[in-house]
Parts: sequence; C-alpha cells; structure tokens
Amino acid sequence: MVMADFRLVEINNLSKAFDGNVILDNISLDVKKGENLVVFGQSGTGKSVLLKCIIGLITPDQGDVSINGQLTKGLNIDELNTIRKKMGFLFQSAALYDSMSVRENLEFPLSRHTNLSSKQREEKVRETLRMVSLEKSIDKMPSELSGGMRKRIGLARSIITDPELMLYDEPTTGLDPITTKEISELILNLQRKLNMTSIIVTHDIVCAKIIADRAIFLKEGKIAYEGSIEELTNTTDIFLEKFFSTEIIKD
Amino acid sequence: MELPKLITKRKPTAGEKVYNFFTDISRLSLFTFRALKYVFIPPYEIAQIRKHMDELGVKTFPIVSITGFVIGLVLALQSQPVLQRFGATDFLPATVALSVIRELGPVITALIFAGRVSSGIGAELGSMRVTEQIDALEVSAINPFNYLVVTRVIATTMILPVLTIYVNFIALIGGYFAVIITDNMSFQYYQNAIISSLEFADLVPGIAKTFFFGFIVGIVGCYKGYTAEGGTEGVGKASTTSVVMASLLILLFDTLAVKISLWLWPTLG
Ligand SMILES: Nc1ncnc2c1ncn2[C@@H]1O[C@H](COP(=O)(O)OP(=O)(O)OP(=O)(O)O)[C@@H](O)[C@H]1O
Ligand SMILES: [Mg+2]
Repeated sequence: MVMADFRLVEINNLSKAFDGNVILDNISLDVKKGENLVVFGQSGTGKSVLLKCIIGLITPDQGDVSINGQLTKGLNIDELNTIRKKMGFLFQSAALYDSMSVRENLEFPLSRHTNLSSKQREEKVRETLRMVSLEKSIDKMPSELSGGMRKRIGLARSIITDPELMLYDEPTTGLDPITTKEISELILNLQRKLNMTSIIVTHDIVCAKIIADRAIFLKEGKIAYEGSIEELTNTTDIFLEKFFSTEIIKD
Repeated sequence: MELPKLITKRKPTAGEKVYNFFTDISRLSLFTFRALKYVFIPPYEIAQIRKHMDELGVKTFPIVSITGFVIGLVLALQSQPVLQRFGATDFLPATVALSVIRELGPVITALIFAGRVSSGIGAELGSMRVTEQIDALEVSAINPFNYLVVTRVIATTMILPVLTIYVNFIALIGGYFAVIITDNMSFQYYQNAIISSLEFADLVPGIAKTFFFGFIVGIVGCYKGYTAEGGTEGVGKASTTSVVMASLLILLFDTLAVKISLWLWPTLG
C-alpha cells in the first residue's frame, strides 16, 4: 500500500485522567493518509478513550489533536462538525438508534449531510448493507438484531458517507471467524478503493494481520510498543509474547 | 461555572441532600439557558417538533380526557350541597367554571402531563445517553441539543396549552353531568351561566401559565435524561427524578403565577 507522507492525524502529548486515575499519559502519535493503524492493549487501558479524544467526544486534559492539519482544540461546534463530516466512528457498543429501523439508521447521515435523492439514498443503503452481508435485515429494528449484527450495522452506518478517516472500536469483536475475515477484508478494501485512513482498536490478531500497516500497543497510559504486526507478534518481549500467545495457537 | 456535586458512597446526610438539590437547580438553569439559546440557532428540525407533538398528543389524550371529566364531575358534586346551604345553587355553573378554568384545569393537566411526559422523556434521552446514541449523533455532525432537546421542549410547550383548553372543556361537560344527576338544569342554561360569569381576565392567566408548565415538563425531562449517567440504573433515576422535579417546579410557578395575575388584574381577587 502506497502512502502519502501527509499526516492526516497528529496527536501531541495527549493526557487524560478520570477522577485522578491517569488513563492516557502524554501520548504522541501520527497517522499517515491512507494508513491502517491498529491499536492493541488490555481491557481498560484507554483504547476507547483515545478514539473518543480524537473525534472530540472526550476533551483531553492536556495535549492536542490535529485532523488534516487543523487543531480540533478550541473549534466551535460548526467547525468541529465540518471535520466530523469527513470522519466515521464505529462505537464499541455499535450505538444504533433504537427508535429507528436499520434502513433509517443508515439513511440518517445521508439525508442529513448529502443531497442524494431518496432513490439514490435507498440504493446506497442497500449497497452498504450488502458490504456487511446484512441486506436482508434492512427492515429490522435494532432490538431484533444479534450482537454481531448490530456491530456490522453500526459499521455500515459509519462508512456510508465514505469518510476520509474511520475510527473503529473493535469492529470484529463478537463475530465468528468467517465473518471476522469478511469484515477485515472490507476494511482493507475501503483502504484500497477509497484510500481511507483508519485507526482500528482490536484484540483480534486475525483481523489485525489482514488490515494493519502498523500497530501500537497501549500499556499503562503509554505507547509501550510500536511496529509492524510481525514485529509485535514475533517478539521476545515477555509481556507481548504472553498477550499474543493465546491468539497465536490458532494461527 | 458548574458547582461540583457531592459524590458520596455512603448515604448522603440531610445537609448534603439540600446542597445537591441546589446544585441540581443551578445546573438545570444553565441547561435551560443553553436550550433557549439553541431555539434560535438553525437547524430548526421542524419535522422532529411535529413528530413529538403528535406523539405527545396521542400519548396523553386518554388520561387527560378521563381526568378532565372526573374533575368537573366531582367538583360540581362537591359544590352542590355547599351552595344549596346558602341558597345559591344558581351559582353552580359559575363556581365550576371559575375553579376549573383558573386553577384546576391548568394545574392538574400539567401535573398529569409531568407524570406521563417528563418521565418518558427522561427515560428516552437517558437510555440514549447511556447507550452512546447521543454521542453517535454528535460524531455524525448532528447537534444533539438541537435535535433532541430543543425539539422536545418546543413540543411540550406548544401542546400543553392545547391539552389544557381541551381538559377545561371536558371538565365543564363533566360538571354538567353532575348537575343533571341531581338538578334539572338545561344545557342551554348551564352554558349561558358559564359564559356570562367568565371574563377575559379569567381565561388569560389560566392558559398563559400552561406555556410555562409545558416548558418545565420538557426541559426537566430533557435535563435529567441528557445528563443521565451510570447505566440502566441511571435511566430509571432520570425518569423518576424528572417527575418529582417537574411537579415541584410546576407548583412553585403556579404560586408565582397566581400572585402575578392578582397583581395584574386585582378584580380577580
Ligand atoms: N466517561 C468516563 N468516566 C470515567 N472513567 C472512564 C470514562 N470512560 C472511560 N473511563 C475509564 O477509563 C479507562 C479506560 O477505558 P476504555 O473504555 O478506554 O478502555 P478500553 O481500553 O477501551 O477497554 P476495552 O478493551 O475493555 O474496551 C477505564 O478504566 C474506564 O473506567
Ligand atoms: Mg474499549
């Protein structure tokens, strides 16, 4: 994958604490345009918090985030929304709108931010649902979906506007191995076709192997390791070996 | 700007409860200013407002209909013997009409509305908050405050006066039913007696205050739901505390409104 040297996301000295517990401790990180960056880390280390700081759902205590060269700090809501329209965010919990059907969930960002006709929107909705193999669920309500289905609908909703930057919070958690592979390949395809830049939080080594250009490992609020997937998994570091060992058995 | 809430693991003492109550009120005030500001900032979300008004109307119509009828009925039944004692049964229609239109109709409708609607909004927005749906709106570049809060507050503010007028009307009909059980009064007479006893100054304050009541119901439900935290437990809490808070504020504002209307129209007294 050819990447421009342009840094789409720049994170500088980011820190965040909740009630005195330091979660992110002086993190600096760049993501290049067109790059897939995988974020590993044990449960509760602050991976979700990091993604939320990037999109501005959580305000960092210190440090700043730039998207496309623009600092997100101190922007008013309209300026922030201009940036967010070019971003997609898959919540760990999927966060589907309970009061809307699958179709309405997917249509919502389209009808709010594009000038597509209702026929074009319907087409786009179906096309995106096909990508996550859930075209049949178009008329279902979120409460009628399984956990893995919700996740995939959430994913479809976040990519439907063809964002430049996607933030995925555990896109394959709760999916079977076959669907995991499908979703991973979908993420890879988006990168290839649309030159989409992605930050993917995952515990899933299968998924990471398919999509990652680079990976980081968060530990105790810091980026403890950084490198390619091969470098991280073939390490002699005791901690990393332990973390990946259970996964590697499958390999 | 915001006062910190005292968070204690043990049961809060009476003093802490009072402190927490006032921080709650101060936060509600800030929330209200924010809502008032966003009312004038586009996008205006007209479709959402209409949807909420429809829903609110459908949701509360049966209960307020029954209540309205019973208020009028009971009020007339209760007043009859008293008036009879003074030989003033002719004043029955006026007594019922004035009590209903000035006070009972607006306040009871508002309290029922608070019970039904504040709790509903509190639960709805509360569950959207704890399941990250509000965050999802935000990352989709949709202002959740405009989309969720302002639309609901406008809807409750607009719909409560309409409901109140309807309840008043039903209550007067209820009153007539009480009359024909015991007395022989023609509907014509009942109607004329009511119309001639009412003045403009009786009608206006009763309806005017319902705009405020409607606003209270909407803003309190939204505030509690929007700021809910702590999973499903938080949702339940948002729902119940919003009814308590909205009802208290309605009664407080009603007292104020009565004072103000007596000051504006001294003849009412
Ligand atoms: N809004 C919040 N208020 C207080 N603490 C929070 C908040 N959000 C997260 N935390 C805390 O921050 C820490 C990191 O949470 P986070 O959700 O980022 O973990 P994670 O790395 O995504 O874990 P997982 O893999 O289980 O999803 C946790 O200890 C959590 O308790
Ligand atoms: Mg997480």
